[in-house]
Amino acid sequence: MSAEPRPPDFRRASAAALADGQLRANFRRAMDGLTSKRAAQFADPVEWRDLRALGAAIRARTLVRLPEHLARLEARCRENGIAVRWAETTGEANAIVLEILRRHGATRVVKGKSMVSEEMHLNDFLERNGIESLESDLGEYIIQLDGETPSHIIMPAIHKNRGQIAKLFGRRIRDAEYTEDVDALTAIARRVLRRKFFEADAGISGVNFAVAETGTLCLVENEGNGRMSTHVPPVHIALMGIEKVVPRLEDVPPLYSLLTRSATAQPITTYFNMIGGPRGPGEKDGPREVHLVILDNGRSRMHADPALQATLRCIRCGACMNHCPVYARVGGHAYEAVYPGPIGKLVTPQTEGVDRRADLLEASSLCGACGEVCPVGIPIPELIVRLRTEAAAPGGTSAVLGRGGARHRLESLAWRVWSAVLSRPRLYRAAALAATRLGRLVPAGLPPLSAWTRFRSAPRPARRSMQELADEEGIPDA
Amino acid sequence: MTDASSRPRAVYYFATCLVDLFYPEAGLSGIRLLQREGLRVVFPRGQSCCGQPAYNSGYAGEAREVARAQLRRFPGEEPVVVPSGSCAGMIRRHYPGLFAGDPDEGVARAFAGRVVELTEFLVGVLGVRLADRGSPVRVTWHPSCHALRECGVDREPTELLAQLANVTVTPLARDKECCGFGGTFAVRHPAISGAMADDKAAAVEESGAGILLSGDAGCLMNVGGRLAARGSRVATRHLAEFLWERTRER
Repeated sequence: MSAEPRPPDFRRASAAALADGQLRANFRRAMDGLTSKRAAQFADPVEWRDLRALGAAIRARTLVRLPEHLARLEARCRENGIAVRWAETTGEANAIVLEILRRHGATRVVKGKSMVSEEMHLNDFLERNGIESLESDLGEYIIQLDGETPSHIIMPAIHKNRGQIAKLFGRRIRDAEYTEDVDALTAIARRVLRRKFFEADAGISGVNFAVAETGTLCLVENEGNGRMSTHVPPVHIALMGIEKVVPRLEDVPPLYSLLTRSATAQPITTYFNMIGGPRGPGEKDGPREVHLVILDNGRSRMHADPALQATLRCIRCGACMNHCPVYARVGGHAYEAVYPGPIGKLVTPQTEGVDRRADLLEASSLCGACGEVCPVGIPIPELIVRLRTEAAAPGGTSAVLGRGGARHRLESLAWRVWSAVLSRPRLYRAAALAATRLGRLVPAGLPPLSAWTRFRSAPRPARRSMQELADEEGIPDA
Repeated sequence: MTDASSRPRAVYYFATCLVDLFYPEAGLSGIRLLQREGLRVVFPRGQSCCGQPAYNSGYAGEAREVARAQLRRFPGEEPVVVPSGSCAGMIRRHYPGLFAGDPDEGVARAFAGRVVELTEFLVGVLGVRLADRGSPVRVTWHPSCHALRECGVDREPTELLAQLANVTVTPLARDKECCGFGGTFAVRHPAISGAMADDKAAAVEESGAGILLSGDAGCLMNVGGRLAARGSRVATRHLAEFLWERTRER
């Protein structure tokens, strides 16, 4: 990691994003639309409360016995003819995928949408190994054409507007007539992709829910490209994180409903694929081989902590980012991480280290909008505070990567002084006296006040504190 | 929370550090609103801060000592009324965890159970009826994130405003979105916080209101500071101060 030319810096990246008026307008419009449509989906507060409680309970109890459910999933998948492989790191997962593709002499791959493949930087890895890997989800296809990464986990090209996509297609797709008509643009992408599905040697997809009791891989999508990617090529490789398992088939409907309503405000998606194994004897279609790669990539570390384990409840709906006032203003790329927004503030520092990504942990006003809409009840703000505490810890050990690495001597000294003064009544009153008499003299041009006055008039203490005024008025002290 | 059927005779008042130092009139107004209902209001001197700034910054130990000092200032069982959803939320939601395993855990839990946000107390416990004595005015209401999401205080402030005959509450666009204060967030990420404050200030101006009201001093300081920097003529006022000014007998 240290070999990277420049470490991620949310402060710098977000400043650039804030200065981009087009980007801000694109996100604001998209997020406003998504939040209002989602609100309509959950108009009944009692239904929302009950369904969310059920979703949270399913995810929480699954995680408590995660190893058991994963072992069952592996056994059932094998019975169904699905080959299961385990990867601790993204490097291992890439190697497994490459090995399967090489065995089949595959040179062309079509992909359905998969955030785990983004964690693996799979497209780059395959390209470096001489394998063409084409994204078939429309949003993913758009950003792949432009050499970008997703800016949102559900709508990867949400940072682009129609005009920008039209220009991109005109520039990058041969024989594409310039149009800003959404249907026409979709038709252009469809024309390219349709051919690729039939040429592909293998298809790669993600997994939304993996059912342990039946060994079924569920895939949620709207475009049909997921079905095409997993059904048409002779080999299908599914990628999932260890947290994607659910114990029983009956656990899927509530989670599916929470997912689609939270993500895109749809009561149900156009496609819901249930993959039960490769083509059976006498069947006329489906892949000859189905592989499942189960990735850890830091998830076991999250699982080891009883509170932080809730990070793994996530069903990747993106509602937290849609409702985040910070995300709405800076967009997904500023986070310089696979998972942007509030859930990314939990995932990224735990995966890369709370010391390395303390910048993300600080970038929250803790307004609580994310936790309020999370369909599986992840207490995101509380966990951000917990990770801040880990980052600033003076010592000791925990399962959290990079613990104590972001503790600044000056800041910790400041909090110690603050604590010493505010925990001593007489000292506090003396400080309040000083602040009310002298506070107006503090120059607004010096930090930390200068950070405040860049955008706001300087706050000035009252001439006399409330406690002084209360003394005069004889308001009872005890 | 206190049982609404058993109206207490005396309450404690925890003003919060921001109110003590920046909004003393708002704090005193809250006390006067309670006194007018016949309550004895005890305001222990030397109280300071709920500890939230350090807690949210990851300095739980430092926050705990400040919190412990508050526990000592409020002995007994009387309700503790707080003119801030953010500080009330900190105490109610986070003191039990902050003191987990600490000798003061029991005291902290009991204290958390006694804390009531001011408008919640005025409406839910006292059932106040307000008579408006002010001239017609248009205001808009900023619900603070923590009042809304940590305390569950949503309808109480607007119910109180609805009792004022000459006050028109104009809707605020995206009213439940954060104003960008977030305590130390405002100085750690000034550009993002500033952008949020600017959007909020613009929405306030577009609402057509002459006064922006909120129940949290941090939000008032933030949005008010941005409004002033924009050269806006919209005034900001803590709800407690506004309610008292309009209903006091002169």
